Amino acid sequence: MSDAIQIHLNGRDREVATDLSVRDLILSLDLHPDLIVVERNRGILRREMYDDVPVEPGDVIELVHFVGGG
Amino acid sequence: MSPATEASATRVDDAPLVIGGRRFTSRLLVGTGKYADNEIMLEAIRASGSGCVTVAVRRVDLDRSHTESILHHLDPEEFFLLPNTAGCYTVEDAIRYARLGRASGFTDFVKLEVIGDQETLLPDPEGTLEAARVLVAEGFKVMAYTNDDLITALRLEDAGCAAVMPLASPIGSGLGVVNRWAIRQIKRRLEVPVIVDAGLGTASDVCVAMEEGVDGVLLNTAIAHADDPVRMARAMRCAVEAGRDAFLAGRMPARGGAAPSSPTHGMLD
Repeated sequence: MSDAIQIHLNGRDREVATDLSVRDLILSLDLHPDLIVVERNRGILRREMYDDVPVEPGDVIELVHFVGGG
Repeated sequence: MSPATEASATRVDDAPLVIGGRRFTSRLLVGTGKYADNEIMLEAIRASGSGCVTVAVRRVDLDRSHTESILHHLDPEEFFLLPNTAGCYTVEDAIRYARLGRASGFTDFVKLEVIGDQETLLPDPEGTLEAARVLVAEGFKVMAYTNDDLITALRLEDAGCAAVMPLASPIGSGLGVVNRWAIRQIKRRLEVPVIVDAGLGTASDVCVAMEEGVDGVLLNTAIAHADDPVRMARAMRCAVEAGRDAFLAGRMPARGGAAPSSPTHGMLD
């Protein structure tokens, strides 16, 4: 019985706790949910869904934000 | 007020720039990349008088070794944030980045870039058109970065783009308007706003573009990489206004030779 799962987060394999929602994941990384956009398995998650969507083994998650650009 | 004064006052007036139903407070749009630090960036953007800044969509750096969100420094209430698809070389990537930018919740606008060549960073016209059609169908207001090619510009307009943004010269090159004639044709033939984007290096380049009657310019490196970005931002603000006024004023025809400015009669023996 493992209390961690493996996901692919921002291009890297990462072990995270089981039973996390997407919101839990964001907060565990010390990020502000309103300042980022989440793509999970190539689909964009609306912010209202962060609480309801679980982080599952093998998920490919991209957390993106705005940076300086031209 | 005398009729003459009234007439000249009227001529100084100018309709505001409107793109996709949105009114822009300035004809100068600026990028937010390449600044030495965020304080200088903010000061320069304010000095430029621009109300619209472009931003890029990138992965959050989970090691926090660099770039935090630009929203820590730019207030979306103060500036209209225009997400770009910079760095995208395929239609699929550009669409993906555009959707991520929109999901930020700030805007349906996107500055669409589909780059075709790593060395010159020139746009891929075919890919840009294809991505533009998809994004327009999804309700995006697409401001399409493109070559200074009239046919591509016309097709982007037909595809429903809110603005077409021909380059002056390659991104970050500072070479200025390399084909003034091409920019003139694009402005003359398109109905949607034309914004000259990329390659402008200094204030005179901006004047040249604006004197062709284009609706605005978009700059980044010219300000960010000036020795004094804040001062250059102010120069660019003046250049946009000077170029616009010169265009609206209607320039004198260029002549092949000299014509005296002072009377030729009344000279002493």
